[in-house]
Amino acid sequence: MNTSAQTSTTVQVTFELNEKSVTVDVDPSTPLLWVIRDHLNLTGTKFGCGMAQCGVCTVHIDGVATRTCVTPIGSVAGRKVQTIEGIHDKVAQTVQKVWVEENVVQCGYCQSGQIMSAVALLRSNQKPTDSDIDKAMGGNLCRCATYARIRHAIHVAAERILKA
Amino acid sequence: MAIEKDISRREFIKSSTALTTGLVVSFYLPRADAKIVDRFEPGNAQDKFEANAFVIVKGDDTVVVLSKHLEMGQGVYTGLATIVTEELDCDWSKVTVEAAPADASRYNNLAFGPAQGTGGSTSIANSWHQLREAGATARAMLMMAAAKEWSAPLADIVTSNGQVFHHKSGRSLSYGQLVEAAKKTTAPKSVKLKSNQDFKHVGQNVIRKDGAEKVNGKAMYGMDLNLKDKVYALVLRAPLFGATLKTFDDVEAKKIKGVREIFRIPQGVVVIADHFWPAKMARDKILAKWDDEEALHKSTADIREEYKELLGKSGEIAATHGALAKSKEDAVQTVEATYEFPFLAHAPMETLNCVVQLEKEKCTLWTGDQFQTGDQMTVAKLTGLSPQKVIINTLMAGGSFGRRANSKSDYIAEAVEIAKATKTNSGRPIHVIWTREDDIRGGFYRPFFMHEVSAGLTAENKIAYWDHRLVGQSIMAGTAFDKGGIDHTSVEGLSNLAYDTESLQVELQSPKLQVPILWWRSVGHTHTAFSAETMIDELAHLAKIDPAQFRLIHLTKHPRRQEVLKQATLMANWGRKLPAGVGLGVAVHESFKSFVSQVVQVKVSGKTFKVEKVWCAIDCGIAVNPDNIKSQVEGAIGFALSAALNGEITLKDGHVEQSNFHDYRPIRIHDMPQVEVHIMASEADPTGVGEPGVPCLAPALANAIFAATGKRLRKLPLTLT
Repeated sequence: MNTSAQTSTTVQVTFELNEKSVTVDVDPSTPLLWVIRDHLNLTGTKFGCGMAQCGVCTVHIDGVATRTCVTPIGSVAGRKVQTIEGIHDKVAQTVQKVWVEENVVQCGYCQSGQIMSAVALLRSNQKPTDSDIDKAMGGNLCRCATYARIRHAIHVAAERILKA
Repeated sequence: MAIEKDISRREFIKSSTALTTGLVVSFYLPRADAKIVDRFEPGNAQDKFEANAFVIVKGDDTVVVLSKHLEMGQGVYTGLATIVTEELDCDWSKVTVEAAPADASRYNNLAFGPAQGTGGSTSIANSWHQLREAGATARAMLMMAAAKEWSAPLADIVTSNGQVFHHKSGRSLSYGQLVEAAKKTTAPKSVKLKSNQDFKHVGQNVIRKDGAEKVNGKAMYGMDLNLKDKVYALVLRAPLFGATLKTFDDVEAKKIKGVREIFRIPQGVVVIADHFWPAKMARDKILAKWDDEEALHKSTADIREEYKELLGKSGEIAATHGALAKSKEDAVQTVEATYEFPFLAHAPMETLNCVVQLEKEKCTLWTGDQFQTGDQMTVAKLTGLSPQKVIINTLMAGGSFGRRANSKSDYIAEAVEIAKATKTNSGRPIHVIWTREDDIRGGFYRPFFMHEVSAGLTAENKIAYWDHRLVGQSIMAGTAFDKGGIDHTSVEGLSNLAYDTESLQVELQSPKLQVPILWWRSVGHTHTAFSAETMIDELAHLAKIDPAQFRLIHLTKHPRRQEVLKQATLMANWGRKLPAGVGLGVAVHESFKSFVSQVVQVKVSGKTFKVEKVWCAIDCGIAVNPDNIKSQVEGAIGFALSAALNGEITLKDGHVEQSNFHDYRPIRIHDMPQVEVHIMASEADPTGVGEPGVPCLAPALANAIFAATGKRLRKLPLTLT
């Protein structure tokens, strides 16, 4: 293909990914999801729907659980992005540990997103009620329907974090 | 080559027959193959003992179990590792699991015959004896090695948790220390397997082997493969089933930076780009013209009308006993009902995708492959290579529910067509990715079905007759599994109706329709259990007998069904007083050789309802990993609830009306009921687990809604109007 005919433009965007500064040169409409996966090779953040309906692409942007499949890279400039590969605080570690102990996962494809949402919830709400969980986790689909264990694991993790 | 392929094809069909007739091929233990080891640990082939095709003991005391089955969430890696660990007597914490290569000569599914594949809830059942033998053989060889090292009689050698002991001399060696010596031993011709009462691992709750890597983003799904020089491909497919590409205009698409190549294949227009996003942007800009003369233009309403008309006609007899006409005369009360079941998409969270690298001498695939042998055959045919030159690397799958096992190998064949047709990306790994819209609109649905049932009671409130007609596409027709005649998967669960009845007749019509269809978690049971278990409920009410009691009265030949039914109703405190608007419903069904009963508690408010709790009893033989069985049943209930509440693919003038998770809606966390699962104690060999939790949910829910409202819902998804 004659690439000189390719007239679409790209932009340079610099942001912080898992505590390191990164710069990419891509079409400004490129969703953060694909920058993370295809350009920066962190594949723990998944593609599921492309329209913020399933939550498998959830990361933290400045600490807020965000669907990256509809987040244009242009809007991320200068911001702090944390993916499943970059969460290491006590809340995250506890959530991940409890997730394993309670055998939450089945296929596991949605679980990075579930954990990012659960960690964001527990950072802001130390003792979430069932309805808090419904609200915080309602955007994360699990086709294996591991929901009962997700709910249970969030309660167990909350209790453990409080005790520590 | 042609002959070789023909033979393979025949072998394949033979295996398919074995699958559908339930013929069990006796197990055998294939030998190891050094090539396997090199696959995942090149350069370190010395320090390990390959006992057989399934078990490798390494010098560092770790044990690798090779899984011939796809891990797609069902927990099979953990289950297979448990079985091996039980007989090998190794240290569970040092056991890891790897996907076996695609090779039906060693890794065939014993329930399928000479074909490797995962499905029909057969993984643990078909591996049970084989992997026990694999573990026991490896252990025996390690013991022989130790006996020789110590010049001690084999009878004095014992093992425990990855160690070999000779208590008389106080000597011991770890399995890893015996790797070299064990290589020199010969596998014994027979081994003694443990007695059930000696199990230490089977029946225990364990942490999933794939748990840790699935919570830190490290698990490698097909979608995640990163290969040097990999390029991405998206396909613009026909908007109607059966339409073909006429022409396309890619002027605007070509302007996108990162696009490498745009071309046609039989399935549509392909865009190859450096990354996913430019491929997607370019695909959205392609203007294609389609020849839709031969395409399907029907709407769901048209299909419904056609099927209704067919229900008025006789079909092929799938089952018959008794004298129907006479039994109909004997009936003093009758009930008739018509049921409708929509098309359903599998919609696994990981969309379909496949990496293909076509080189001169071989074709390599990386994907969450569910049907390796069928896919090898298809790719061999498309490329002219022998099946042995089709290398399939099975990666984890982000769900499947049947979608990735396709006797037409649809998405894999398409990827290979792309690799064949590319001019400027030949030899590169090409990653073909489906978007969610591609997935929802891509066909291969659970077929649309309609049933019509007429049943009657004798004066003694026994079932006099059960006359059941079904209309729906055959899943097996035209596939390698087609053996002519009745498609058993259309009538399973009805042709073998468990309830005592003077007469039974089941008639099937399998009209042809251009909508591609496929098995969907629990296959025919997805609809047969619904009509059977709601009709039995209707008969119970007609008889004015408690629905659970009425079932027990009519299950005289089915003690295992009786037991799960008794257990589930006991758990639910069946018969208790309920507040207004709350109802309990029950169902019991056998599928994949396992027995399940569920009680659903529903709360109805106006035209909406919520499933509050589900109690489930399952008899699946010996429970290898009880917590995983519970997890599978919980998930199956949620999966079935998605279909019962919202699941529906509809057509409008041939176009699929749904496209993504906003209009094809799996349940979310707030929809998930509390679930309590009881596993029946059993000494029988393990049977299916992945699917049997699905069939009972929808009928138990419909029966609960009836209990709460007096309304019979017979059309899925269930809505109160």
